[in-house]
Amino acid sequence: MQIIDARGLSCPEPVILTRQAMASGAASYQVIVDNNTSKENVTRYAHHQGYEVTISEQDEEYTLLISK
Amino acid sequence: MENQVKLTKLASCAGCGAKVGAGTLCQLLEGFATHTDPKLLVGYDKSDDASVYAVSEELAIVQTTDFFPPIVDDPFMYGQIAATNALSDVYAMGGEPKLALNIMCIPEKMDQHTVQEILRGGYAKAYEAGAIITGGHTIHGAEPIYGLAVTGFVHPQRVWRNSGARPGDVLILTKPLGVGILTTAAKAALVEQALLDKLYAQMSTLNKYAHDVLMRFSVHACTDVTGFALLGHALEMAQGSDATIHLQASAIPYHAEAYEMASMGFIPAGAYRNREFAEAHVKVAGDIPLPLQDICYDPQTSGGLLCAIPAAEAATCLAELQQVASASAIVGYVSEQLDTAIYLE
Repeated sequence: MQIIDARGLSCPEPVILTRQAMASGAASYQVIVDNNTSKENVTRYAHHQGYEVTISEQDEEYTLLISK
Repeated sequence: MENQVKLTKLASCAGCGAKVGAGTLCQLLEGFATHTDPKLLVGYDKSDDASVYAVSEELAIVQTTDFFPPIVDDPFMYGQIAATNALSDVYAMGGEPKLALNIMCIPEKMDQHTVQEILRGGYAKAYEAGAIITGGHTIHGAEPIYGLAVTGFVHPQRVWRNSGARPGDVLILTKPLGVGILTTAAKAALVEQALLDKLYAQMSTLNKYAHDVLMRFSVHACTDVTGFALLGHALEMAQGSDATIHLQASAIPYHAEAYEMASMGFIPAGAYRNREFAEAHVKVAGDIPLPLQDICYDPQTSGGLLCAIPAAEAATCLAELQQVASASAIVGYVSEQLDTAIYLE
């Protein structure tokens, strides 16, 4: 599974990184972000691309498991 | 051209998206001692666009300031947009801008031409508005900032508060939404230049022309839709007016491309702050798609006027507004206060 560490980045960088990674066409990704905006935006992007998203939160960090 | 400053690269947030959230502002200002003065017609208490102070029975002054980091790389356009946005608060109060002061922050290394172009943009819009820039203040800092402090005049009996909306009024919005989302998507190079040019033209269009039309009608309440988005500003109007505002989602003007970009997650942080602030007071009735809701929470830079006028005047007013602001649309109406301040339906 491809891991995208987008901590420390603000919008729209995490979405851009996720978008670039998804060009590989893999079945699942893990995206780590550290703010609500990025969590929401990456979730929207994944849904838009037809993926499902499971989010876990720990210490103000969000891990998004993105899979088909 | 490789040495040319890319202005937006120096900005951490774009335009009105940089605005501190309404909830935070309320907390920051809590508990300070302030004088009361019967001549202060509009102060901070109703979250209005500008303060208004009666000098005589015929004349009141309107004061406001607005500034933000670059939203566009072209310094002349940046200056125009920042000035247009700052002047807008005076029009939103029903006033006419008369005097303005530059507020500026520039990196020490910024070349003189770029600084001059920003200022030239500001002067161009102040001139178009009929206002005079009489000075200002400039400091050095890492992130460029530009804007104006504006003083305008209004007749004390003709102040457009954001708190005067009455049941039965119709709401008109004069510029399309989606600017924050599209400028965010532009950072990912997903917006065509032709659309960006259209956005810049929109953001640098003075609300003067819509104001001049509205002066001929019975404006009960008015505000400009900027950093707090349509829903945030509508909420302030509803709460200030002790009424409920019904926004009809299908009637709200927005840039079609913003819908796609919102669905792809190109939404500025300010939109989420706005949602956090307003959501508890907004009831979404029916099936309003998430991207359209996001557009309603999208912070606008130099957005249009949102005004409440009697239903009987709405059709004529709208037709006249569309002559000067073609995207103008009736976006909803005002009712008695119901169980929530805003219905998005």
